[in-house]
Amino acid sequence: MTRILEVANLATHFETPEGLVRAVDRVSFHVDEGETLGLVGESGCGKSITALSLLRLVPPPGRIVAGMIRYRETDLTALPEKEMRRYRGRHLALVFQEPTTALNPVFTVGYQIAEGLIVHKMMRRREALREAVRLMERVRIPDAARRAREYPHQMSGGMRQRVMIAMALACRPSVLIADEPTTALDVTIQAEILDLLRRLKDEYRLALILITHNLGIIAETADRIAVMYAGRIVEQAGTADLFRTPRHPYTEGLLKSVPRLGGPTAPAGGRKPRLPAIEGGVPDLAALPAGCAFHPRCPDVMDDCRSVEPLPLPLAGGADRNVACFKHHDVHGRPR
Amino acid sequence: MNAPARSGGAPGAALLEVTGLRKYFPIRRGFFGKPAAWVRAVDGVSIQVRAGETLALVGESGSGKTTTGRCILRLLEPTSGSVRFDGVDLLALPPRAMRRMRRNIQVVFQDPYASLNPRLKIGTIVREPLEIHKVGANRRERDEMVAALLRRVGLDPAMMRRYPHEFSGGQRQRIGVARALALRPRLIVADEPVSALDVSVQAQVINLLIDLQEEYGLAYLFIAHDLAVVERIADRVAVMYLGRIVEVGSREEILKNPLHPYTRALLQAVPIPDPARTRARTVLRGDLPSPADPPPGCRFNTRCPEVIEVCRVDDPPLVEVSPGHWVACHLVPGTGSGRSGV
Repeated sequence: MTRILEVANLATHFETPEGLVRAVDRVSFHVDEGETLGLVGESGCGKSITALSLLRLVPPPGRIVAGMIRYRETDLTALPEKEMRRYRGRHLALVFQEPTTALNPVFTVGYQIAEGLIVHKMMRRREALREAVRLMERVRIPDAARRAREYPHQMSGGMRQRVMIAMALACRPSVLIADEPTTALDVTIQAEILDLLRRLKDEYRLALILITHNLGIIAETADRIAVMYAGRIVEQAGTADLFRTPRHPYTEGLLKSVPRLGGPTAPAGGRKPRLPAIEGGVPDLAALPAGCAFHPRCPDVMDDCRSVEPLPLPLAGGADRNVACFKHHDVHGRPR
Repeated sequence: MNAPARSGGAPGAALLEVTGLRKYFPIRRGFFGKPAAWVRAVDGVSIQVRAGETLALVGESGSGKTTTGRCILRLLEPTSGSVRFDGVDLLALPPRAMRRMRRNIQVVFQDPYASLNPRLKIGTIVREPLEIHKVGANRRERDEMVAALLRRVGLDPAMMRRYPHEFSGGQRQRIGVARALALRPRLIVADEPVSALDVSVQAQVINLLIDLQEEYGLAYLFIAHDLAVVERIADRVAVMYLGRIVEVGSREEILKNPLHPYTRALLQAVPIPDPARTRARTVLRGDLPSPADPPPGCRFNTRCPEVIEVCRVDDPPLVEVSPGHWVACHLVPGTGSGRSGV
């Protein structure tokens, strides 16, 4: 399989009056053609900033301070801004959580889809509009020719998200980054959109990066998963491996704490079973604890965890699996 | 009549009994114009909550579940119907009596960021209901109560002097629970209390709500869209679609033996965090119709994968198909209409 995107030691920091916020730190991952990488984490873990970093769209005062983002043969971090513009939308495209704010209210959706084709593919307006209707059919918008003339506010949330996806796919990008694409949608609409994304990924041989906090969506959509916590990737593994044998205590806690349908329920007249919760809350990125950022909440905390930051290292015997935790490596990086 | 007066429970046993509740919002043309149309947000809802139990009110956006909760609390005045709490008709109560009644019925909101006054200290926020209802002899006694409440929801009483912005989402929701608990209510209407919280914090708040229920014998009307959460906390489940209850029954019945095609689709749509479990899924097509212009017949007929002719014409009544399990669907045998007996 062709490696489309490779990210190595990416760091995106924000200089704020409250101090340096290391929103993304030492993040490495890769995505191949036709593959879905799930980037999972809670609010403030850096997953959205990672997405914006890939397109070099980090808002100031944020800045990519280190690392490499290799798209095919090109290191995107080294490109001048003018060059970078040729890649955005054309090679790497982004779908946001909130389709309402990402669409322009004063243009028809058909025109907004066509715009990318006019700019990147030098298509003529009429040709681009025809292509926009075809794209709307691809994302299964019924009655596409008529709906192409509608404005965003005339559409439901689910339809707007389809328009966003059609826009993202217009220039046939190789990488599609979907940042919480269904979080604003109802669960029955969510099921439709995820179904659509899976099909389009196969049809277009996309390298798909799916960012979400929802472990159910990740389990059903991703081939591999990277778990983020406090700006770092703490564990990376194939989907089946990660769910079957989570190695990082955070991953383990997260998987246990999420209620899932068909889980244990109260016996008739008995007490309701409690969920195994992770203690404490998500840390403030401007005031991260020393050592491993998860150590104050970790049930397996050891002395080293409080002072030394563990690095993500390959797990002994685990192909394409790594974990940043002293349970699995000592401070010198030797497997335990 | 869409729903019979008593769905899913023996009479007399209910702490809260809602019957034929309707809430229509006018759509006006111009500022002073007569209503051009009505949004039927809640259109004939009957539910019961028994003392000490959790009834989950489940539905997607636009189903009317939040409006139902607000009408019960009289934060909105219903268009018609009755809301009886412990036998007393809340809608007939004059404002003063209603205020006294509020001691028994409290609310926890979804957004812990918007529901706490940012200018008040936590102690003041939790103490306020005690002061309004003159609980406790003096300030010191009330402060002691506040400290005990904060401790009970897992917060340090020393935090009393802090402001809401100094707390995380999970901690704020605990503060919201402490405030709701202050007057020892018998019923708490919890409107999506965990859906704005981080995954790792959700479990803590769900556990807290279950603990408090056992300890104080609280009843919850738990308004939610996440069925996995509902399965953990509910005793009974009512499913809403476009302003109506389409199915109600025990947790076991609704989750293991759903009869309404909408309930089934809703359950199948929930992504399961377990890659080893693959399952069949009927993906619903199309969007929720507007509650201003609901389709004739069964309101679900435009999206129903099993729709038959009668569904487009007749509105199916809510019918008890097994003890405590009520369904409004022409396809369910024993409903006395459509293909009954098939």
